[in-house]
Amino acid sequence: MAETTYEGADAASGGLPQLDVSTWGSQIFWLALTFAVLYFALSRFILPNLRDTIANRSDRIADDLDAASRMQREAEEAEKAYEAALKDARAKASNVAETTRQSLDAEIQKELDAADAESEAQALVAEGRIRDIKTAALSNIDNVASDVAGTLVRELTGKSVTDAKIRAALAKG
Amino acid sequence: MAGPMEQFEIDSKVDLFEIAGQQISWTNSAFWMVVTVAAIIGFFLLTMRGKLIPGRMQSMGELSYQFIADMVRDTVGPEAMRFLPFVFALFFFILFANLIGMNPYAFTTTSHLAVTAALSFFTIFIVIIAGIWKNGFKWFGIFAPSGLPIAIMPLIILIEIVSFVARPVTLAVRLFANMVAGHVMLKLFAIFAAYLVTKGGVTALGAVLPVVGTIGIIALEFLVAALQAFVFAILTCIYLNDVYHVDH
Repeated sequence: MAETTYEGADAASGGLPQLDVSTWGSQIFWLALTFAVLYFALSRFILPNLRDTIANRSDRIADDLDAASRMQREAEEAEKAYEAALKDARAKASNVAETTRQSLDAEIQKELDAADAESEAQALVAEGRIRDIKTAALSNIDNVASDVAGTLVRELTGKSVTDAKIRAALAKG
Repeated sequence: MAGPMEQFEIDSKVDLFEIAGQQISWTNSAFWMVVTVAAIIGFFLLTMRGKLIPGRMQSMGELSYQFIADMVRDTVGPEAMRFLPFVFALFFFILFANLIGMNPYAFTTTSHLAVTAALSFFTIFIVIIAGIWKNGFKWFGIFAPSGLPIAIMPLIILIEIVSFVARPVTLAVRLFANMVAGHVMLKLFAIFAAYLVTKGGVTALGAVLPVVGTIGIIALEFLVAALQAFVFAILTCIYLNDVYHVDH
């Protein structure tokens, strides 16, 4: 196995070892080989693995964010439903109060009307009695007056006057 | 004492076979390339837990994925995600090769023009092949920006072609030159420190300065190691842009 001594060639040219073209073949050969192995390992195994891991994580994060926003939406909807129910209940309660108040008002009005009607009837009855008594009293006064007048005429003149004449005279007077 | 360029020497361990007259050998460079790829695969195997809530290692793997995926998505678009493994492999190969090269006694495979040029030309060929595959003959429209007066068109087309051809060259030289410059500087400072120490006496105390400089450069080189991997990857993305967006 003959070993090439590149140092010899280098000393002869007196330049940089990099410019010794006789070593280029080996360098490029090994570079191509090692670089190909590296490229293969990276593109077949390492990079897909890293890419999948990163993609999985960002998928998971996106999923979690989706779930979070969905839950937030649900919570907002629940809150809205709760508020609607509350509003409904409030409306119903005020409705009940209103109807109760109205029915009570109507009842009170009815009672008042009934009381009014009764007192009015009683007033009417009383008025009739007063009128009757008054008429009776007035007619009694006529009788008394004619009696008194007849008596006065008899006592003063000694003449008796008929009842009818006195009444006519009184009615004239 | 070893010269500053000795660290870049390709040390052939075993000659294997020949391809088209080129001797293929098992070298220190080949060994460190295998180490680089093994380290990357090992690192990601540790991160592949697939848990919903990631641990530290898994987080690192996922951050790496997100980093490169965002780079590809932002510079080219979601349709270019099929090139993600390629950009990913480029970035991590260069990053790990650079970082492994920072270790003492390790060999920096990316400090060789052959490696960086092979990577950059391969990248540009992929852009060309994918561009023609996807757009057909219309892909060559990237050399002729629309909405320009016909008079300056030939000049613009020439400039566009030159800049396109310059892409793989600049891509290769940028990475190569950065790595070489950093390692040479480190070596020079270290050699200078060792030289001062061997002198002994008062001058040995002066070795503190280059040692402090070495520490600073090491910190800088770690930055450069990561930065050059990033630059290579993002430029690849920008060039891949031509595959999908012919009208520019």
